[in-house]
Amino acid sequence: MMDILNILLSESFWAASLRIATPLIFGVLGALLCEKSGVLNLGIEGVFVAGAMSGWMAVWLGAGLWGGVLVAAGAGAFFGLIHALLTVPLGLSQHVSGLGVTLFATSVSYFTYRTALPNVSSPPRIEPFRALDIPVLSDLPFLGPVLFQQTALTWLALLMVVVIWYVLYRTPLGVAIQAVGDNPDSVDAQGLSVYGLRIGAVVAGSALMALGGAFLTMSAFDAFFFGMVNGRGWICIALVIFASWRPGKALLGALLFGAFDALQVRLQTEVGAVIPSQAFLAAPYVLSIIALVVAARRADYPRALLAPWFKGQR
Amino acid sequence: MSKIGNLNRRSLLASALGFGLVAGAGAAVADAVKVSAIYTLPVEQQWISRIHKALNAAAERGDIEYTFSENVANSDYERVMREYAEQGAQLVVGEVFGLERAARKVAKDYPETAFLMGSSFGPVAPNFSVFDNWIHEPSYLSGMIAGKATESNVIGMVGGYAIPEVNRLMHAFMDGAREVNPEVKFIVNFIDSWYDPPKAKESAFAMMDAGADVMYAERFGVSDAAVERGVKAVGNVIDTSGDYPGTILASALWHMEATIDKAIANVKGGSFEAADYGQYSYMAYGGGSLVLDEALVPAEVVDAVRAKETEIMDGLFRVNVNDARPVSDN
Repeated sequence: MMDILNILLSESFWAASLRIATPLIFGVLGALLCEKSGVLNLGIEGVFVAGAMSGWMAVWLGAGLWGGVLVAAGAGAFFGLIHALLTVPLGLSQHVSGLGVTLFATSVSYFTYRTALPNVSSPPRIEPFRALDIPVLSDLPFLGPVLFQQTALTWLALLMVVVIWYVLYRTPLGVAIQAVGDNPDSVDAQGLSVYGLRIGAVVAGSALMALGGAFLTMSAFDAFFFGMVNGRGWICIALVIFASWRPGKALLGALLFGAFDALQVRLQTEVGAVIPSQAFLAAPYVLSIIALVVAARRADYPRALLAPWFKGQR
Repeated sequence: MSKIGNLNRRSLLASALGFGLVAGAGAAVADAVKVSAIYTLPVEQQWISRIHKALNAAAERGDIEYTFSENVANSDYERVMREYAEQGAQLVVGEVFGLERAARKVAKDYPETAFLMGSSFGPVAPNFSVFDNWIHEPSYLSGMIAGKATESNVIGMVGGYAIPEVNRLMHAFMDGAREVNPEVKFIVNFIDSWYDPPKAKESAFAMMDAGADVMYAERFGVSDAAVERGVKAVGNVIDTSGDYPGTILASALWHMEATIDKAIANVKGGSFEAADYGQYSYMAYGGGSLVLDEALVPAEVVDAVRAKETEIMDGLFRVNVNDARPVSDN
């Protein structure tokens, strides 16, 4: 017990939690935006891969780090558009289309990577985002290492929580997005475009998801490799439900998962001799499921989620 | 009964087809052996890259015609094995850690094709041979270097999966470190992935927080963490010292050339049979070697390691093989 307390009080643990949570924050915000408009986007895992590959590849080709971030977001938006066109105007199954996008985006990313680099012995490296060093703030006890020695992308993720919250709850656009996810007929009656709002939300949400992937290759590590997204996208789908479609809770869920993961790594180090490593590795997922069961009972889901809407049909 | 009939017909058809293809190719290309490789991971992955390199070298020499499939899921592996066998591959190389039994069944259906597979288990007559990265000897030597290098007497080890071929190298490394430094303690983590550098990095950071000042870098990501915190690392399978200057003390390298060349020669000579090719990864066959950075390792440690290396090569010292899952000391 002493050990756990020591871990929980250490600044490196909280810094690690925020690092691990960063890609999830992007992913869960993106998924939330899509679902708020009524579209489930199971393309997320593939969009992560596409973001990870394209962002890194752009930097490797000389686009600069922020150029890479833009390219990643663009790739995410592209796959989001495919999903949106299939599910919104055509009204196809959101599950099938989403899984299709995941398979497609993953394969295209691998294919592009291998075509560009047919003969490499180890994945080429880029100069990734470095931890910010803000005068005074970075030297603060505890808060310094936890908050102010993170990379710019972690900051962007935290900023996006505020942006998404503001847009959804404080702008007419946000009200319209929420309405289109709850009752598209009412939006149509107002003379707004249901298709336009939904497509826009899915495209923007997918661009956000792609940044989660880009974080993996441009900040957490400095190279792309097949399979490195490793299920992080799927976790975000669960976290949205945990968050009950609220940006603040989404941040909390991502941080909680990050903290579980950071804790399991440290506990494995401490008591790995007694308990098999698999038990620790599974722990964050098990705890997420438990949290989900508890939270989902009160979940306030968008009423028109998964329901296609056709103009002129009631 | 009908199932057996089916199977016979299919394998008959397969061998007829295979035979036709081989005969056709034989006329065109002098006598290059048709080799196909099937990898469950991309060719950049450390382990796979060593096999890929040896096969590419053989192809450049003109000894073989080389084709490969990478990133093949375990669930799809059997199908790809059959496809290559039916296309007339004379030698199929790969790794079957995730489908040991199924792979042996496939080999049985294609007795004319030679199979050389990375495996935790033994060979099966008449055509299923096995190999593995038996580089426990250089791992032991790299452990001696790590044991001398640590000042906190804590060494961190991040592994992929706790399977025999990972475990035995870790144990050899630990034995080597303990020989030169009985005080040394180990902390061991597994990330249950072959490639998740962000996760491996987080594991490494956690170990450094717990006092580790030398890292055993079994996975990509660990050395990156070592660079960021300014601690030293020991490499495994491939030499990454160029990517992390001033960080990698030593690496236990694996060379697949001896194994691959032996298998190709056997197929060519018609003498390929089920055997364990594991020994060709030993140092005596040039299958394993140690590379160290003399700028980072003190001269007396280099001398001690070289002396031990000679003992191993002369057969005077045998590194213990222990396949059990290594655990942290505490």
